[in-house]
Amino acid sequence: MSDIRLRKVRKRFGANEVIKGIDLDIEEGEFVVLVGPSGCGKSTLLNLVSGLETLSTGDIFIGKRKVNDVAPKDRDIAMVFQSYALYPTKSVEDNITFGMVTRHVPKEAREKALAEVSELLHIETLLTRKPGQLSGGQRQRVAMGRALVRNPDVFLFDEPLSNLDAKLRVEMRTEIKKLHQRLGKTVIYVTHDQIEAMSLASRIAVMDNGTIRQFAPPEAIYEEPVDLFVASFIGSPSMNLFKVRVVEKSGLRLEVTDEEGTIQFPVPVALAGSARAYLDRELYLGLRPETIGREGTQRPGRATFGFERMIDVVEPTGPDTLLVFTLGGIEAIARVHPEDKAPVDTRYRFEVNMDGAKLFDPETGKRLHPTVLKI
Amino acid sequence: MRERQVHGIVRPKNAASTALRLILFAVLGLFVLYYLMPLIVMVVTALKPLEEIRTGTLLSLPRDITFEPTLRAWNSACVGVRCEGLKPYVWNSIAMVIPAVVLSTMLGAINGYALTKWRFRGAAIIFGLMLFGAFIPFQVVLLPMARTLGAMGLAGTVPGLVLVHTVYGLAFTTLFFRNFFISVSDGIVQAAKVDGAGFFGIFFRIVLPMSPPAIVVTVIWQFTQIWNDFLFGIAFTVGDSNPVTVALNNLVASSTGVKEYNVDMSAAIIAAIPTLIVYVFAGKYFIRGLSAGAVKG
Ligand SMILES: Nc1ncnc2c1ncn2[C@@H]1O[C@H](COP(=O)(O)OP(=O)(O)O)[C@@H](O)[C@H]1O
Ligand SMILES: [Mg+2]
Repeated sequence: MSDIRLRKVRKRFGANEVIKGIDLDIEEGEFVVLVGPSGCGKSTLLNLVSGLETLSTGDIFIGKRKVNDVAPKDRDIAMVFQSYALYPTKSVEDNITFGMVTRHVPKEAREKALAEVSELLHIETLLTRKPGQLSGGQRQRVAMGRALVRNPDVFLFDEPLSNLDAKLRVEMRTEIKKLHQRLGKTVIYVTHDQIEAMSLASRIAVMDNGTIRQFAPPEAIYEEPVDLFVASFIGSPSMNLFKVRVVEKSGLRLEVTDEEGTIQFPVPVALAGSARAYLDRELYLGLRPETIGREGTQRPGRATFGFERMIDVVEPTGPDTLLVFTLGGIEAIARVHPEDKAPVDTRYRFEVNMDGAKLFDPETGKRLHPTVLKI
Repeated sequence: MRERQVHGIVRPKNAASTALRLILFAVLGLFVLYYLMPLIVMVVTALKPLEEIRTGTLLSLPRDITFEPTLRAWNSACVGVRCEGLKPYVWNSIAMVIPAVVLSTMLGAINGYALTKWRFRGAAIIFGLMLFGAFIPFQVVLLPMARTLGAMGLAGTVPGLVLVHTVYGLAFTTLFFRNFFISVSDGIVQAAKVDGAGFFGIFFRIVLPMSPPAIVVTVIWQFTQIWNDFLFGIAFTVGDSNPVTVALNNLVASSTGVKEYNVDMSAAIIAAIPTLIVYVFAGKYFIRGLSAGAVKG
């Protein structure tokens, strides 16, 4: 039974340190998504777990076993690669059973496993074809099948959906989630797509430049990002970040000035304690697009604040419409109901739900924590 | 039905461009003639009786075609003191070229695979040195190679020549295969590692079956290089173990009295035929292999 523990894991390629000391505890049956920008070391970290790369320092445990010096084939893992990595000269059937053949699994057992997996993935009719004769989605299924027949304790996925078109990606995402719910195996899943991360993960590890910035459930990553990096990486369109000045004008205010005038956002009540320390200094105010709407559309009972800006661009997405405006020199985005849209170059009254606002220290990038109000 | 359907880029149709195309074809035609001329002279001369060669011109076609000189060149012309034609030497060349091509291609494939898919410390340096080997002129290796063959007891033998060609060819075959394997996704090899296959398991069961384009290029290249080689042949073999290229030289040099141009030309054609056949039958795979970069997975 397999939980996975990483202890002070480092990886250098020559002088270039790619993984800079990572500790991670993944519980058995968890679906952990590693997300981060391209080149931040996600694949390298996954390959350290799979044994396709050797550790520079640190330890990796799968279950009770320390696997630092265990070959990939003996780690009881199965992997799905980004480019599918199917064997191009082998038929689908041989692709799926190759691992069992090298392990000398008896023929009957091989055929049984093949039948089960191909039924599960609906690829029974493709078994005699070569990978070159399959569509992207079918190849993806075969790659999954090759991993599933191993019946391993741990599944490792390296951007398995990134070569699929948008519709197929959503479908396969759902299927992967279903498979996980059904099999209950530990999964580590690498992606640079934060929507995939949000929708699949039981916990997300946000990586940046060889370190893990935050490891938490998706809601926590979204609502309580530890710093500016996580806040701006997760969410699409990403969080609007305004540089504001903390001033005292009938209570603490967050002031931002541009050609169209000065706006003074109120400080969210819970953050007042932390924000006071920044009086007359600057902070970053983070507002997610969906917390900005048309005046009068916020749910009752929220601390709201209204302001006016010109609309620069209108981008309908279907369910929502994005209104782009400029505030404090920043291009900001509001996500409004399509009925609330207005023409470009008109003044628009926005309303912010300040309960969803986040504040960040501009130097450290850390998010300010709410303090319990002392009355 | 359209009158003329040409696939490809749309070209303007006017007098100037037509004239340009005519000039282009004329120039290309000249080149073709220039390259074909020696072959024509060879074939024409080989089929003429001596009498006709003496009286006619170089290019005049044979009036009565004779295969007698060709047969002589094959099995009775004198090479040095041995008058059995080129036949025994063609067998020498075949006995040399087949093992040398197979060995150097196999080793090149393993080298290329190891260098690209099992990156090890110093792989780049080793590849650099191997590449350097591709630029070493034949002459430079003659003496050290002669010493080595002597020490191994292979001096003056066909197996010795096989060894020389295998070693010398390694630089090229490694280069060909490395460049091919570099375009093969690492993921395929990683997947096979996770699937439990080892170094040779992956090589023989996954990588080699993907390699026909590279194999074809390498085999053709090595075959023509080794078959056509003269310098190593003359340096490392003696008399009876000469490859056909050396024997051809000796045959032409050892004719006494009247120079039998028709026999000489026939002998030259015999020596050239295997490479010609290879190009005619495998040339298109050669081109295809050279341009086969990415392997679709
Ligand atoms: N085998 C290797 N040798 C040298 N550098 C490598 C190697 N593999 C990855 N890197 C470097 O490590 C960094 C992280 O790579 P990777 O883990 O593939 O990033 P990601 O998967 O997050 O996009 C990159 O800068 C990459 O150039
Ligand atoms: Mg990657």
